[in-house]
Amino acid sequence: MSTQILMPALSPTMTEGKLSRWLKHVGDEVRAGDVIAEIETDKATMEVEAVDEGKLAQILVDEGTDGVAVNTPIAVLAANGEAVSEAPSPKREAPATTKPAPGQSTRGVAAEAEDSRAIAERSAQGQRKPAVEAAPAPEKDWGPSKPITVREALRDALALELRRDDKVFLIGEEVAQYQGAYKISQGLLDEFGPKRVIDTPITEHGFTGMAVGAALNGLKPIVEFMTFNFAMQAMDQIINSAAKTLYMSGGQMGCPIVFRGPNGAAARVAAQHSQCYASWYAHVPGLKVVAPWSSADAKGLLRAAIRDPNPVIVLENEILYGQTFDCPTDEEFIVPLGRAKIERVGQHVTIVAFSIMVGVAMKAAEALAEQGIEAEVINLRSLRPFDTATVIESVKKTNRIVSVEEGWPFAGTGAEVAMQVIEHAFDWLDAPPVRVHGVDVPLPYAANLEKLALPQPEWVVDAVKKIV
Amino acid sequence: MATAAETRKRTGKTREASVDQQLLLQAYRDMLLIRRFEEKAGQLYGMGLIGGFCHLYIGQEAVVVGMQMALSQGDEVITSYRDHGHMLATGMDPRGVMAELTGRSGGYSHGKGGSMHMFSKEKNFFGGHGIVGAQVSLGTGLAFSNWYRGNDRVAVTYFGEGASNQGQVFESFNLAALMKLPAIYVIENNKYGMGTHVERASASRDLSKNGVPWNIPSIRVDGMDVVAMKEAGDQAVAHCRGGKGPFLIEAETYRYRGHSMSDPARYRTREEIQTMRTQHDPIDGARHRLEAQGVEESVFKQIDDEVKAQVQEAADFAQSSAEPDERELWTDVLLEN
Repeated sequence: MSTQILMPALSPTMTEGKLSRWLKHVGDEVRAGDVIAEIETDKATMEVEAVDEGKLAQILVDEGTDGVAVNTPIAVLAANGEAVSEAPSPKREAPATTKPAPGQSTRGVAAEAEDSRAIAERSAQGQRKPAVEAAPAPEKDWGPSKPITVREALRDALALELRRDDKVFLIGEEVAQYQGAYKISQGLLDEFGPKRVIDTPITEHGFTGMAVGAALNGLKPIVEFMTFNFAMQAMDQIINSAAKTLYMSGGQMGCPIVFRGPNGAAARVAAQHSQCYASWYAHVPGLKVVAPWSSADAKGLLRAAIRDPNPVIVLENEILYGQTFDCPTDEEFIVPLGRAKIERVGQHVTIVAFSIMVGVAMKAAEALAEQGIEAEVINLRSLRPFDTATVIESVKKTNRIVSVEEGWPFAGTGAEVAMQVIEHAFDWLDAPPVRVHGVDVPLPYAANLEKLALPQPEWVVDAVKKIV
Repeated sequence: MATAAETRKRTGKTREASVDQQLLLQAYRDMLLIRRFEEKAGQLYGMGLIGGFCHLYIGQEAVVVGMQMALSQGDEVITSYRDHGHMLATGMDPRGVMAELTGRSGGYSHGKGGSMHMFSKEKNFFGGHGIVGAQVSLGTGLAFSNWYRGNDRVAVTYFGEGASNQGQVFESFNLAALMKLPAIYVIENNKYGMGTHVERASASRDLSKNGVPWNIPSIRVDGMDVVAMKEAGDQAVAHCRGGKGPFLIEAETYRYRGHSMSDPARYRTREEIQTMRTQHDPIDGARHRLEAQGVEESVFKQIDDEVKAQVQEAADFAQSSAEPDERELWTDVLLEN
């Protein structure tokens, strides 16, 4: 049986090319892998190799022909043993320059653009973004509580989850013998041993990738970064491997892993050790991102993060580690991911914040109350999934919103908060959304300059008074 | 560049003993399946049915087929983006692999991964990774999970000589050696990282020695010889299953095709490719060995026909399988709790 040799596509963007030279002639024996012709594509001159064996029975496109469309028959190969003359001579099916008909499979750039537009239109018809769900039911009342530090809360969460599931382990620099660079893992080595609490060399890229591999194989690693600044060394493994594999595998391979550690400015450690990564991670589909403020946030969110079957980023804060808050004593206490918390009820303005900035917002709210302005303070807790419902419900009541974050403004979390409000509650707004944020510079070392660069309660008070 | 014969001399063994005729016939079939599958993939790419990047494994078949013969059920495998051969060798269905290449719902990732991103939990194949070198840390993690669980499985991580210069490869060597992880690292040295010859990319002239600072034992092997590969694999597996930590294999091999479909491969001569093809081809090599043992032409003919039919069936499936449902766009981003 004879086979047609078609003009091949030799690059992702090629739709036509020039058949510059035939290297085999009618009557020649052809073996799979033999170079039979040369083709000029949009990028380079490429050799065409035969896929089948046989005798070259006919050449349908002469060498030197320009603009030969992909998939045009260019030659006929007779099977071994078949007489060359018996091979049928198919007509050239289409003129060389014919473009694929609409709807026909093509990799042309224009066609791709058309596809994306169609998809976007379908999305706009309601598939992409569900309407804001009704505000969730009030959270469970966990009963009695006692004051503990954020540090103790995190350690308790780790210990409880390590006890609960032997697939869970803690890995990072100085987490075991040193008891944690910030003493979060104090005592864990003693209780769980060196197989569950694992010291690593200073190789973020390597040990993060190793932990992600272990998670793909069914374990539940908790990776401690000494600070999130160092996680940039491992960014590829967090984004390309942890966040995307579930999707790329068609749902086969989940990655139950927690990345945690202090995020944002500490005190006087300057630019490379002081950065908020909230908007970096919150940008990525396939990740969940939380940023606890209080001891209860820290304990409840970390427990939920460890139990979650997806990669979760837990952005802690070094300055908060030593602060004390009431935390429920119930052994089962947990905080669901994706739920904001109203820390203070008010009717004149909504202030949205996360992590250490919740404290700044609360101080601002007290100052505002003295001036007769009642602010509602929302502690976001989760940045992805984002609790749009709670924020929107509050804005519909107060008609004003101020977001507070420690990070930089451009493409920051505040920009997303403002956009969510504009998309879902534009008609309820009596004033434009306002952002309070860290100054748009690398964080300086000098004490006075550092203070000038990070949001203070007075900045929030001033921002509120602009719109109330 | 060392020829296969030179390498064989260095490793100093004859290759007949460890592989009986039945096994060698199976290896011949497995290599031929990869070869024919890749040729068909190249053809479908040429027809516009496969898009994007497509990296063919033609020429390197003996590496993965030889290694796989040394492995047992449950051992994990992970590799880079030149991955079709590894998937077929681990027993994944050629239809599902080809349908992923064409971006159809019948593909292993329902069309959402493509040539470079395919996985099979059932076959312990962990991808299919598009970032050069990333699979080395991940593969170390697969070995870690065996260590953590205390089972006797080993994890095989394949990477090219190009990836061998990535920092995380050395970080992984250090971690695996430090923790004595059952990790087998296989450097598939096909001489060219895209268009750059290994001697222009690596100051290390013997990549099998790249684990020396961490005392990782290693062997350099003729990767065009499936029996040599199997024996190297046996040695590595015995070491790792024995709890002695990682093992490194450098397989000297060669890819006949360009780096990807759009590579005209002008950085090497046609004579160089022809020499490898005519004198060192892994499939011809296995066949000659079987012929010398008296295997008859009709046996090869039957295998050839069966493989051809299998590949044709995969190609037909890959073209008839439906495109993924548009709702697939939104699924598999996160798992439900």
